[in-house]
Order: sequence, then C-alpha cells, then structure tokens
Amino acid sequence: MILVRFEPTFTAWRAEARRLLQQKMEPGQVLWQPNDASQPMLDGLGAASEAPPARIANRTEPTKPSTVPRVFLDAAWMASHHRDPQRWALLYRVLWRIDAGERCLMNIGVDPDIHLLEDLRKQVGRECHKMKAFVRFREVKTEAASHWVAWYQPEHDVVEMTAPAFIQRMDEVCWSILTPDRCAHWELKRLTFSPGAKVTDAPDADAVEELWRTYYRGTFNPARVNERCMTRNMPRRYWKNLPEAQDIAGLLGETTNKPAKGD
Amino acid sequence: MDLDVKLSILADAAKYDASCAASGSKRSGDGRQVTGGGAGVCHSYTPDGRCITLLKVLLTNHCIFDCKYCVNRVGNDTPRARFTAAEVVGLTLDFHRRNYIDGLFLSSGVIQNADYTMEQMAEVARSLREDHRFNGYIHLKAVPGVSDELLEKAGRYADRLSANIELPTQEDLDALAPGKTHAGIESSMATIAARVAESKTERAKSKAAPPFAPGGQSTQLIVGATPASDRLLLATATGLYQKHQLRRVYYSAFSPIPHGDVRLPGQAPPLLREHRLYQADWLMRFYGFEAGELTTLDQPALDLECDPKLAWALRHRAEFPVDVNRASRGQLLRVPGLGVRNVLRILAIRRYRSLRLEDLRVLRVSLRKVGPFVITADHNPAVKAIDRLDLRGRVAPLHSQLELFAASRSALVGEV
Repeated sequence: MILVRFEPTFTAWRAEARRLLQQKMEPGQVLWQPNDASQPMLDGLGAASEAPPARIANRTEPTKPSTVPRVFLDAAWMASHHRDPQRWALLYRVLWRIDAGERCLMNIGVDPDIHLLEDLRKQVGRECHKMKAFVRFREVKTEAASHWVAWYQPEHDVVEMTAPAFIQRMDEVCWSILTPDRCAHWELKRLTFSPGAKVTDAPDADAVEELWRTYYRGTFNPARVNERCMTRNMPRRYWKNLPEAQDIAGLLGETTNKPAKGD
Repeated sequence: MDLDVKLSILADAAKYDASCAASGSKRSGDGRQVTGGGAGVCHSYTPDGRCITLLKVLLTNHCIFDCKYCVNRVGNDTPRARFTAAEVVGLTLDFHRRNYIDGLFLSSGVIQNADYTMEQMAEVARSLREDHRFNGYIHLKAVPGVSDELLEKAGRYADRLSANIELPTQEDLDALAPGKTHAGIESSMATIAARVAESKTERAKSKAAPPFAPGGQSTQLIVGATPASDRLLLATATGLYQKHQLRRVYYSAFSPIPHGDVRLPGQAPPLLREHRLYQADWLMRFYGFEAGELTTLDQPALDLECDPKLAWALRHRAEFPVDVNRASRGQLLRVPGLGVRNVLRILAIRRYRSLRLEDLRVLRVSLRKVGPFVITADHNPAVKAIDRLDLRGRVAPLHSQLELFAASRSALVGEV
C-alpha cells in the first residue's frame, strides 16, 4: 500500500501515474491523496472491474514509457476536472488495464469502468456547455474603457476549459469571469487566472438587463407552458445568477389565469 | 415610442414557434474567415420549454399583406411599432456582449413593397458586419417577392436566409395568403440555393471571394391551418429538401389569433402533431426513411400515440427481429428505441465483443421498447412478443396523458 500525494491537476496525476506504472503498482495498492484533501482515497470503490488479476509476472520487457490511446488521454483530461474525489483512482485503474493489454478498452462503452469514465466526462462536458450558455456579463464603466465582469458558480472546475471560447467570442474587450474556484481575466492580449472570488466582488445589474427581461417575457407563449422541459435544460441551481430567472414565477402565475384554448 | 415598449411588441414574432434555432457562426473578428456555421448555444429557456439562442424580432409589424393566419395582418387591430436599423443593431450588440444571445434573427412585416423592406433588413446586417465587426450569427428572412439583387446583398452579410413556403399547395395560399405565390417563393429559394453553391465553390478556390449565406437556407410550413395531411406536408418537405438544398424545414403549429378568419380552424392542432412531424423529419434526414414510408394512403396522418419509427415497425413486423450483433447499420437504425448515437456505439463495441441484453440496458436503451425487435448474444425472452396481436400496447408509451415534447432535442425546433 503506498500513499501518493499530488496537486489535484491532470498534469500532476499523469506524472505520478507514469511513475507508478513503471513500478508496476496495482491500482488496489495505491492510495491517492490530493494536496487539498483531508482523507486519502482508496481505490476499489465503483463497479467491479472485469480485468483478470495482476499480470506483473508476465511483464518481462524493460521499462519504457507506455503509450496509451489519445482517446484515453482526452477523456481522462476532461474527467480530471470533475469534483468526484474517486476520479483519480478510476483513471489509474483504466490506465492500468489499457497498459496490461486491453488496448481497445476505450471502445467498449458497456464496460463498467469505461461507463463510469464516460459519465464523468459527459458531466464535465455538459457543465462546459452550460457555462458557455449561462455566464452573464455586466458592464463596469471606467474612464478608459468598459470592463465586462461576470459571476458564475460552476458545478465542476471548468473555467480554464471554457475561457478560450469566451476569448473567441469577445476578444476586443477586457472581461473577467469570477467563480469561487478561480477567476479568468482577459486583457486584450493575455489570459490570466487568479484565485477564487466571492459574489460580493461582482458588479450590480445595469439598464440593458431590463431590456433583456422585457424580451424574455415577450417571447414566452403561455399557451405552451412546459415547466418540466425548462427546468431540465436550465436547472434551478443556475437561476440565482440569471437575471431573467426573476420573471419565471410571474410568467407561470399568469398561465393559471389563462382561458382555455379555443374560447 | 420607448425602446422597451417597441421590444415587447416586436418580440412577439418569436412567440409562436416551438423551435430551437441554435446555430452559430464561425467568423473571425474581421469577418474574413467564414465557414458554414457551427452549433450555437441555447442561452436561456422560457417557462414554455423553448430556448432562447437569438434575438428574434420583427423590424416592424406593420404589413401590407392580409394573410389570414397572421396576427399582424393588415386587417387586424393590434399595436404596431417599428424599430430603426440603429436600434436593432444596438440591441443585438448589447445582448451579444452580455452573453444573452449568439446572434440575430430578423424578420419583418412588409411595408411599402418587398424590396423596400428587404433593403432595411439588409442594412441592419450590413451595419452589424461592417460598422461594428459583429462576428455572431445573423439570419434574415427573405421577403416574398424580393428581387435577386437584394437577396444578393442580404446573403453577403447573413449566415442563413429563409423564404417561408407557409402552406403546401397553391390553393391553400390563394385562400389564406393572397398576394403570395409558390412560384415566387420557390424562385427565391432557387436563387438562394444557386448562389450558396456558387459561393462555396468560389471560396474553395480563393478565400478572397465574398461569402454568401454560408449556413444555407431553411423554410417554414404552417401545420394545422388547412386540412393538409401529414403525408402531404412530408412530401412537400422532401421535395423542397431535394430541389433547393434546404438545411432545415420548420413545422410551426398554427396558433389561433383573435378575430380570426372563418376559414381558419378555431383550435390549434394538438402540439403533439408538431412533435411527430419533427420526428418524421429526423427519420428522413438521419435514419434513411423515405417520406412515403412514414404514412400510408389509408392513414395519411402520423400516429399521435407512438413515434413514427415505432409505428412503421408495427406495420412491418416481417423485418424483425434484428440481430444487433450482425445487422447492418441501416437495419439497426430502423429498430424502435435505437437512436443514431447508440447505433454507432453498438457498431463500435461489437468489433470487440458480442452485445447482450444487459449491454443495451447500460447504453440506456429502453428494453421495454426495443425488446421484441432484437436478438442479442444472450437469451432475450421479449422477442417472442413480436408476433403478438397486442404488441402495440406493450411497446407504445405508457402514460395516457400525452406528454408534450417528451423527447428533448428532436422536438425543440421551429421558426417563424
């Protein structure tokens, strides 16, 4: 049993995993402890793996860097941003199995480990998508130029992954996205990150938000109310940072008084 | 009139479609690198379950036409407003900067004549692109009867154009939308299709060639304003896809308007009908079905109780069961309950191992629906049900209260 301490980032995990693989440490023998966790994570939780028992006896070739499919690295990189503390152990378990000979493991979507990995990857991907959708900027006017600031609370730490999309969208102005984990800042030529912020650091609403709320109310069709569909795509946990969410209760209240269609 | 008041009147344009028009624009900051749009992002959702991706407004709701199904028809007493080009440009830029929208969807009532109206709309697009270097998505409606020169100008700045066919036959148009002709609308579609294709070829040779609507074109059919059957609507849609290389056809449920014409039905069609048409449209475009297979001459309406693929499978039981480990891609796509993505996953996985019923469950396939139609590597008792008389009752959706938009993305589409 060995204890591995590392920074909870993909790069750090990768370096440790490489080292452990070369030492032929089985996944069940490793305790992963990121530097910010109080309890070490033991592998063995999660679905039972179908891999045969350890193949250490068969490994007679000299130590050389293992190659893994690109597909695994991409999936592992995405899954590493998830908040589930078990993710590091899962990644090492899958890596171990691929290295042990299951080269095409990533294609077998019904394998329990791959299914778990896919789930983590999908959840991170979905959070990226929602972040690109739900970040709302507010204008902070200074003498020189306007600075655009947004406050957002992502489910997983995806600020670094989504910042390039915002650069592509608005590269000609300075903006900042503040989250509790870390903040991204764009200063026309350079993207930087700073430690997490608090909601009180974010600016207040401005006049354009009122126009947006007018538009939001105007597009609602009371004859087709479908609250379940709305909350499935825009879960309530995002509402506190969406200016238009304040109008939802009022719009739904209107529909109960609507005459039946055809009257 | 206050901008706020104008916006609430003219945002009405978006109210009567159930569609997600999430399309993006791939443009560099200076607008020179342009590719045919990517996927946009739905930035918000209203309590009717529809999403907001674009600022969807009318430039004005004054109109010289008298289309019976439209709330803005000239004979109707409704508050009227008109934006200036600068106001629309300002709203688009402000909303885009704040990440509320990915772009603009601009339509308009017709004032003075088609060309004058189109000129105003093209000016909004020009100003966004040239004066403000706007790199978001722009969709412009082609006004019925507009000249080719103005289509050319509009296509230069827009990502997508559309000319609405509205109703499937000329007789329908004569009755409900006098002044509009199929010939005129299809002529605009043909012009747009030709220019889109031409521009693609030119830009393949040289990036300096000007772009023309890189996102292609789409159109809209109104469902339920006339007795036209689903069979006729799907045949019309197929014809348009083939003749004019449309990207999308939108099926918008007719919404009864106050003081409607007596020729119009007093009620909207069941919303589920719109959903079934979109499912049928998807089957034609992604699952290899022909329009004629989805309905029959005896039953030209799509089944409201179950989806078109299941309805087809129940009529063609001789094609089943299908062996998931041996069948072709085309055969797998026809199995009720297997979507395109799961079919691709099945094809990938079966190179390495045989699929069992449990594997389908892991892929989140509804075993209740798929069971009678497939053979798996292990014993599948449900397949005996394929010959039962009551098969329909065993596989059709359970809830008697029909869910509106039970499927998510395949239904959330439509346009005005």
